Amino acid sequence: MSSSWPQVGAIARRSVVRTARQPASFIPPIVFPIALMTVNAAGLQASTELPGFPTDSFLAFALAVPFIQGALFSTMNAGTDLARDIQTGFINRLSLTALRDWALLLGQISGVVVLGVVQAIFYLLVGIASGVHFESGPAGIAVLLVYAAIVSLAFGALGAWLAFRTGSGEAIQALFPVLFVFLFISSMNTPRDLIDVQWFQTAATLNPVSYMIELVRSLIIEGWNVQALALGFGFTIVIGVVSIALASRALRTRMTRT
Amino acid sequence: MEEPANGIEVLGLVREYKKGPRAVDGIDITVAPGEIYGFLGPNGAGKSTTVHVLTTLLPPTSGTARVGGYDVVKEGPKVRSLIGVALQEAALDPLLTGRDHLRLQATLQGVRKDRRKVQADELLIRVGLEDAGDRKVSGYSGGMKRRLDLALALVHMPRILFLDEPTTGLDPQSRTALWEEVARLRREEGVTVFLTTQYLEEADVLADRVGIIDQGRIVAEGTPAELKAEIGRPSVHAIPRTDKDRPRIAEFLSRFGEPLATTRDVAVRLREGLGLTDIVRAVDANGVDIVDLELKAPSLDDVFLAKTGRTLEGAAEESEAEPTRRP
Repeated sequence: MSSSWPQVGAIARRSVVRTARQPASFIPPIVFPIALMTVNAAGLQASTELPGFPTDSFLAFALAVPFIQGALFSTMNAGTDLARDIQTGFINRLSLTALRDWALLLGQISGVVVLGVVQAIFYLLVGIASGVHFESGPAGIAVLLVYAAIVSLAFGALGAWLAFRTGSGEAIQALFPVLFVFLFISSMNTPRDLIDVQWFQTAATLNPVSYMIELVRSLIIEGWNVQALALGFGFTIVIGVVSIALASRALRTRMTRT
Repeated sequence: MEEPANGIEVLGLVREYKKGPRAVDGIDITVAPGEIYGFLGPNGAGKSTTVHVLTTLLPPTSGTARVGGYDVVKEGPKVRSLIGVALQEAALDPLLTGRDHLRLQATLQGVRKDRRKVQADELLIRVGLEDAGDRKVSGYSGGMKRRLDLALALVHMPRILFLDEPTTGLDPQSRTALWEEVARLRREEGVTVFLTTQYLEEADVLADRVGIIDQGRIVAEGTPAELKAEIGRPSVHAIPRTDKDRPRIAEFLSRFGEPLATTRDVAVRLREGLGLTDIVRAVDANGVDIVDLELKAPSLDDVFLAKTGRTLEGAAEESEAEPTRRP
């Protein structure tokens, strides 16, 4: 196995280099979530007046969203890139080398993780520059970055599964609105206990994305909330494990070499 | 029987697609170590499918294939470690440079870290891309992509090289350069080359032996000289002054041999014992009006025609009209 680590590194490096060389694939995932957050923070500041709202800064409340939204964007880009490799035959080129299946998957996901952490650092800097105070302190910021890596890994594996399964970049792009629905029907703009519409509250409670956002949010505005951390890490790890299992299986089918 | 170290041995190979015809229909091939084997046939004949099976990308439906002594089904990783492959579609990443590709390929093939840069530099020089190595592949011409593809296939110094239609779409200069490199690899490094092509000239110039495949079956095999000798007799081609003279000239020439299906001229395969002078005399004596008269030695296209009843060009057109066999 040790000889496969350079392969993992080479695939991850390619993934990062590819992204760095196409600004259209890394600028929107960074800029769009920040833009959305800025608009929301300006328009929904009044929400903080609601009784029971956990903070008096909507910006601090909303800063959690870009972390998850950015990871979703990256998932789509990573999946689309991988699907393009399948469509162009690049995957055949890789299949003809001594590359192991797991090294391809791990390398690909590692590339997504690197980009996910870079994105997270950018969101953090934007938050700090905007005057957001992190209640959990430097240790919380470290946990946040670790969590950003795990979210990117989970969503990266999901993107890889979709790519190996469909082999079509268009099919992956078509799933983008579905992922967005998950984001919007969550606690992204309002704490769950303050959602007045019953069906929305139920949907947000069943939606794992709510717990991902609440983990990040708890580190920013609450400090150390063990329940939020456990739920957030728990759901993300489950999604990651399931996605990796599905992606590994789809990869074996896709790389049909003997 | 002892397995050839660098050779290829194929017995009764069949590859069938779901709901489709047999792309490869029971072929036998033996390629000796250090030999250049030309696999000639029109589009859709089964060439690429055969390459995909021999390079472990597709399992065969039945039959056996050994590459470098290893079974392509049971010993895929060992086969892959021995071979270099340039597939028909030069699948390159447009965002990576030539050097990025070589570095990636060298790492994936397990080339030692201290050798990777040297190897990349050497290969870029060898395929004439030393000045373009740091440019993104999106700016490469078709010929440059093919040359980079060949360099990638050579990164780990393979003993057996599979080239699937390596010169399709290349200009004559790039084609000749690639032929020279392939010939050099065999001559200086003893590399065995399995080369598919739909160009007769390519098979004729490069290959030690040629297998002609049509509709998944090998219809002829041997050295180019042996195959042409099977046909034996040359053909005579006359160019009529106008199209309306064609039938008259065709009837006239039919006295000297059996007509050949051609599009640009009127041609017959000469009967035994006749030569060009016999026809020239008859043309003069009968006052037949033709622009030019040419004697042609048998070509591999003649071999294909003799074996299949179609010209290679015509078979390609048929196949394009009904493209069902490609993997």
